[in-house]
Amino acid sequence: MKEGWRKLPLGAIIPEAGSAEKFHTGDWRSERPIYHPDKCIQCLICFIYCPDSAIKVEDGKVVGIDYDFCKGCGICAKECPPKAGAITMEREMK
Amino acid sequence: MIVARTGNEAMAEAMRQVNPDVVAAYPITPATEIVQIFSSFVHDGLVDTKFVAVESEHSAMSACIGAAAAGARVMTGTASQGLALMHEMLFIAAALRLPIVLCVVNRSLSAPINIHCDHSDTLASRDSGWIQIYTENSQEAYDSVIQAVKISERALLPVMVTIDGFIISHGMERIDILDDREVREYLGEPPKRPNLLDIDKPITMGPLDLQDYFFEHKRSEIEGMNTSLPHIEAVAREYKERFGRYYPVIDTYRIDDAEVAVMAMGSAAGTAKVVVDRMREKGKKVGLIRMRVVRPFPKNYLKELIQGFAAVGIMDRSDTLSTLGGHLYVETRAVLYRASHQPPIKNYIYGLGGRDISLEEIEEIFEEVLEIGKSGKVTEPVVYKGVRE
Amino acid sequence: MPSLKELIKKQDLLSGGHRACAGCGATIIVRQVLLAAQYPVVVGASTGCLEVVTTIFPYTAWKVPFIHSAFENVAATIAGVETGYRALKEKGKIKEEIRFIAFGGDGGTYDIGLQALSGAIERGHRMLYICYNNQAYMNTGIQRSSATPYCAHTTTSPAGKVIPGKPQFRKDLTEIVIAHDIPYAAQASLAYWNDLTKKVQKALEVDGPSFINVLSVCPLGWGVPSDMTVEIARLAVETCFWPLYEYENGKYIINRKPREKKPIEEFLKKQNRFRHIFRHPDRDKIIARIQKEIDRRWERLLKRAG
Ligand code: SF4
Ligand code: SF4
Repeated sequence: MKEGWRKLPLGAIIPEAGSAEKFHTGDWRSERPIYHPDKCIQCLICFIYCPDSAIKVEDGKVVGIDYDFCKGCGICAKECPPKAGAITMEREMK
Repeated sequence: MIVARTGNEAMAEAMRQVNPDVVAAYPITPATEIVQIFSSFVHDGLVDTKFVAVESEHSAMSACIGAAAAGARVMTGTASQGLALMHEMLFIAAALRLPIVLCVVNRSLSAPINIHCDHSDTLASRDSGWIQIYTENSQEAYDSVIQAVKISERALLPVMVTIDGFIISHGMERIDILDDREVREYLGEPPKRPNLLDIDKPITMGPLDLQDYFFEHKRSEIEGMNTSLPHIEAVAREYKERFGRYYPVIDTYRIDDAEVAVMAMGSAAGTAKVVVDRMREKGKKVGLIRMRVVRPFPKNYLKELIQGFAAVGIMDRSDTLSTLGGHLYVETRAVLYRASHQPPIKNYIYGLGGRDISLEEIEEIFEEVLEIGKSGKVTEPVVYKGVRE
Repeated sequence: MPSLKELIKKQDLLSGGHRACAGCGATIIVRQVLLAAQYPVVVGASTGCLEVVTTIFPYTAWKVPFIHSAFENVAATIAGVETGYRALKEKGKIKEEIRFIAFGGDGGTYDIGLQALSGAIERGHRMLYICYNNQAYMNTGIQRSSATPYCAHTTTSPAGKVIPGKPQFRKDLTEIVIAHDIPYAAQASLAYWNDLTKKVQKALEVDGPSFINVLSVCPLGWGVPSDMTVEIARLAVETCFWPLYEYENGKYIINRKPREKKPIEEFLKKQNRFRHIFRHPDRDKIIARIQKEIDRRWERLLKRAG
């Protein structure tokens, strides 16, 4: 149940920064990027181009894909250096 | 301290004493002086205010919104076309619940272009969610601007205070102004609100609502307006206790034993008071109702008040262009619906584009209303007083 | 220039879960800009795709303070925020060093917001204005703006039987901004993240207004597959359709001179918004005309950069 008007903060403010993380866009995908850690050269290119902050990062390294948010645009796979080829696209199984 | 000031000077003086954090404004006749005088205060170092000399009224209100969202105390001034250009942003300021004080010098809306007084400009924005206070003279304008700061910060709604273009804005009056220190002590620091500069608590302002939330947010804003009257009254009472001058939501003059009354707003109410005195001398039991706060519309007070008369003449310095008549007339009719006693009312639209209304003309209105009081009949409910046929 | 190693250590200030289309260029730009910012920032956005997709109540993708008020006025709104900041800072009520960034689409910047932008620049507010320029009104469903290129198909400049797309060449907004004698202005592209992030950091050091016009790619509006966003943005630079340059302290610097300027046809043929040109009886003439205009503007820029 959504809140009634008396419970909402005045002025339609959203007080919780980054609350969009509760909204998962992963089910928009028709294609799914697969990350191959063995091939990854940690160039970090996928991280800087992902429109959905969906490249998982740990200690300054790429470690995978956040499928909660990834929309399957394919930019990471396309921009991953060909010599690495560490991300490939697959059909999304639903 | 008693000083001689025009309405514009009085409003600018109040702004100087408020010493807001930000003023963003654009010149427009007849409010230009407010902006001019205030910029000289800024350039002479008499205020700490950051003055933003914007390139349009739309940007003036946009910058006020930004500054208020940053947590600053914000004021501006405009008139007529300027207010119309701000129109879009007025709604947004109110819906974001930002305390902004706007000094408006009433002037007719084009076309034809005209720089003189009527109330079409502020009444066209009566549904924007702003509190509206219409003042009668420079003294009241001065006091109301100071009060508006408090009201806006308590009700979390923007407030516009108006004076009549040229008649008040450029007319010199003796007014009693407070000490700077008194004003500053009275206003104190603005209460803390969620704001954009609290970088450790990042908020999002002005989001997109779909069908699932817009209605709730509007309902909440409507409640803000619905519950704002007590704030306005509390501020009026406190102001009186502190400084002695009192302005009720609806001002009345010699109505106690009056058989009929005339309702008016702005400077014409001052003229009408003179007429009331004249007629009282002749033994005629007439009184005056002056609407001061129009948003929120003080429906309960008005309903109560107006039922005591045999007839009421309603003077409007605007027309709704809806076939229904002037704004006050239309709203008063709505208030009277299903009242136990419904006095006959008649609408006198006057003074558009600054057309003078004379004491004699107002006296004619009173005489007619007395007649209506006797006969109980209104033949022509809406008439235009002082227009050439 | 910030390295990716540095940037990846910073917190993403635009979260996932926003509703931009897959492959949206605008959100790539915002991520890069916010990652680059070396100060805490307050962000404003004009009405448009970016604002809509990132702030659908009760969700916000912004992890920085954010304000949207209307379409034509993000420059004025953020100017107000910045002025409020200066006032409160002077009074000691705010301690932090904060910077202010406005994001506007091309509609909100080239067209309806031009006046507010010009006013804010002239008044010298310390703000960085970023135009995420996808060359049409995408939020309302792909209508032409003054940033839309010649012959591009949009829903209000359709590829018709008589008129093949937009009849006019696009306006050069960056030059209009430069004409204000602005301390810092630049053109950038989401494909050149290193160039864009460097420019953002420079701009945020400027004590006054700064402006970056970033070419964005809208897969839907341009008619390209979603994985092509970066590649198309790169081609725009390689063909000199969108030169990367800076204007700093009165001097032009070209940041990237393609060793071999690629023919514009390579850029055009990959996008459905130009598809009709290739089927047009005057195909060669049209392409030549576009090429000529690109060459003319590029030569002019080379001259300005001395
Ligand atoms: S497919 Fe697109 S959204 Fe998903 S991780 Fe790759 S770049 Fe990000
Ligand atoms: S782009 Fe490819 S190689 Fe580079 S970090 Fe990402 S997955 Fe690894």
